[in-house]
Amino acid sequence: MKTSRSIALAALLCAAAPAAAQVQLNGAGATFPNIIYQKWMLTFNQANPTIQLNYQSIGSGGGIRQFSDGTVDFGGTDAPMSDSAIAAIQGNVLHIPTVLGAIVATYNLPGVTQQLNFTPDLLADIFLGKVTKWNDARITSINAGVTLPTTDIVVVHRADGSGTSYGWTDYLTKVSPDWASRVGKGTSVNWPVGLGGRGNEGVAATVNQTPGAIGYVELGYATINKMAFGQVRNSAGKFVAPTLEAVTAAAAGVLAKMGATTDFRVSLTNPDGAAAYPIATMTWLLLHKDYADAAKAKALVQFVWWAETEGQAVAPSLGYAPLPQQLRPWIEARLRSIKAGGRPVWVG
Amino acid sequence: MTTLPLEPVPAPPEQATPSAEPRWQSLRGVNESDRIYQGVLTALALALPLLIVVLLAQLFVSALPAIRRFGPSFLWTSTWDPVAEVYGAAPMIFGTLASSFIALLLAVPLALGVAIFLTEFAPRWLRQPVAFLVELLAAIPSVVYGVWGIFVLIPFLRAYVVPPLKAVLGWTPFFQGVFYGNSLLAGGIILAIMIVPYIAAVSREVLLAVPGSQREAALAMGATRWEAVRSAVLPYGRAGLIGAVILGLGRALGETMAVTMVIGNRHDIGLSALQPAYTMAAALANEFSEATTDLYLSALFEVGLILFVITVVVNAAARLLIWRVARGAAVGSQAL
Repeated sequence: MKTSRSIALAALLCAAAPAAAQVQLNGAGATFPNIIYQKWMLTFNQANPTIQLNYQSIGSGGGIRQFSDGTVDFGGTDAPMSDSAIAAIQGNVLHIPTVLGAIVATYNLPGVTQQLNFTPDLLADIFLGKVTKWNDARITSINAGVTLPTTDIVVVHRADGSGTSYGWTDYLTKVSPDWASRVGKGTSVNWPVGLGGRGNEGVAATVNQTPGAIGYVELGYATINKMAFGQVRNSAGKFVAPTLEAVTAAAAGVLAKMGATTDFRVSLTNPDGAAAYPIATMTWLLLHKDYADAAKAKALVQFVWWAETEGQAVAPSLGYAPLPQQLRPWIEARLRSIKAGGRPVWVG
Repeated sequence: MTTLPLEPVPAPPEQATPSAEPRWQSLRGVNESDRIYQGVLTALALALPLLIVVLLAQLFVSALPAIRRFGPSFLWTSTWDPVAEVYGAAPMIFGTLASSFIALLLAVPLALGVAIFLTEFAPRWLRQPVAFLVELLAAIPSVVYGVWGIFVLIPFLRAYVVPPLKAVLGWTPFFQGVFYGNSLLAGGIILAIMIVPYIAAVSREVLLAVPGSQREAALAMGATRWEAVRSAVLPYGRAGLIGAVILGLGRALGETMAVTMVIGNRHDIGLSALQPAYTMAAALANEFSEATTDLYLSALFEVGLILFVITVVVNAAARLLIWRVARGAAVGSQAL
């Protein structure tokens, strides 16, 4: 009954206001922010029925490709576009950060109930295959009071290309020169050791089924599935557990390096700050600097600004960390610069 | 379905046409609608081979940057490094062939056994239910096989299968190294279960089509039932049986989802079935969406091209084999 009434109401509104044309905005990209993007689009559409938004979570690489080809109006990515990719579309792109996440080291050690501590170089050496036993002195020395088994360490990584892998390898590249020279960072890399799982769920299932396994997954995924994950020592020398507060603190820690004219293509990993969790990630929306269609550009800017302000409130309940407040004026300046046919579209 | 060779259709009574030409010629020459009909059918029949040619050409064009860059060494180098942009497909080609080989090794005796049991030995009331249940295996989505593989098969292998295997055959190169679960062995076993219903169903049809006189003759010569099957039934249907196996192989080569969930997805070549491996289909499914650079994408297209060529070669080889063995006469060759 209620639905039919609201449909009737909607039909009435459409009939009453034929001038308010429908705007259809299509986006595609990263899977990590998909849950909050869908929530935002639904909520925003309820308040602005003339703006239809659609986001396909096809992965960051696909998002960048479709955005560059002009197949979609906006993209989503967990790994910023490279300089050459930006040059290929004549620099007509803005990276707008939306929410933050964290990547956790999850493990399967039957009988170990305490939260383990990891140091950056230890994580790198485990994933390089240099540390192969759980009772290695380098693990036991930072985990006093924990009885670690003699089992082999089984490394589990993502088999599919992923923004999570990008964040993880970006961190290892920063903290380990050996990792930087032998492997490097990317959405897919040449893993020195380990098993590949497909998706967060594939890594999680393989870790859960393999005693002695260690892998990495998104914080939100690990929390929902009650997986064991460790604390990581940050650049200030503190062991920090991955929490949403520690992630926002990580973003605050890199603000100093950005400045008001930043293009936001910054890496959040290994930030400054005693409270910061060091493997934090940022996810971006890709917008054009200049759109051909003024109505689309206006609606898009309106939606993004809403997401950056009111939309941030739902982030913690969905497992994402909100952006630090200090970023807001910079993002506003960037959105104000978006034009359609050379004319600004910002309406405030 | 295999159909028994039909009796030649009796020629229709000759119509009283003024011309003495054969009937097909008059059809082609005179009737306009028949000509259109023939043209449409010809176009439809040619469309499918054309589609394959277009597909092949498209794959080749997209793979060209990788082919130019790496040349034939793409086939035998093992590095797969998207960061350094160095690609070699050898581990995937090896993994695809090895996992399919293990699958055939396990599935063929099982499927043939099922087919022989159902056609020759099972009591009549049991045949239909068992055949139905075996064919039901083919209806299970492959992702379900994958989940089952992770949560049931791998723990089972780790607890009950691999320790005795290692104890007995651990000295061979095929069962060395630490067993983590996700491995070539697990991938091969999942594939075997998935292709059993295909091989069993086609084999059953083939064996059902073997004339009863073959069995009767063998039994009349004093053969036991097993000897009759071995010496009379199986040789008679061998072309169809080979076809059934090749059909299973074709499916094993291209299977993606279930395999990627249990094979370990590691770009590595090793003789040991206990080690993780990778297949071409799995790599394509995993890496395609995030292939950010042109060369990376092109390398994946080349992997697709290789998979395509291998599948075509396998099917062509099967055809040749069937023709040579059967000379077009044996039971079941029509089914393929």
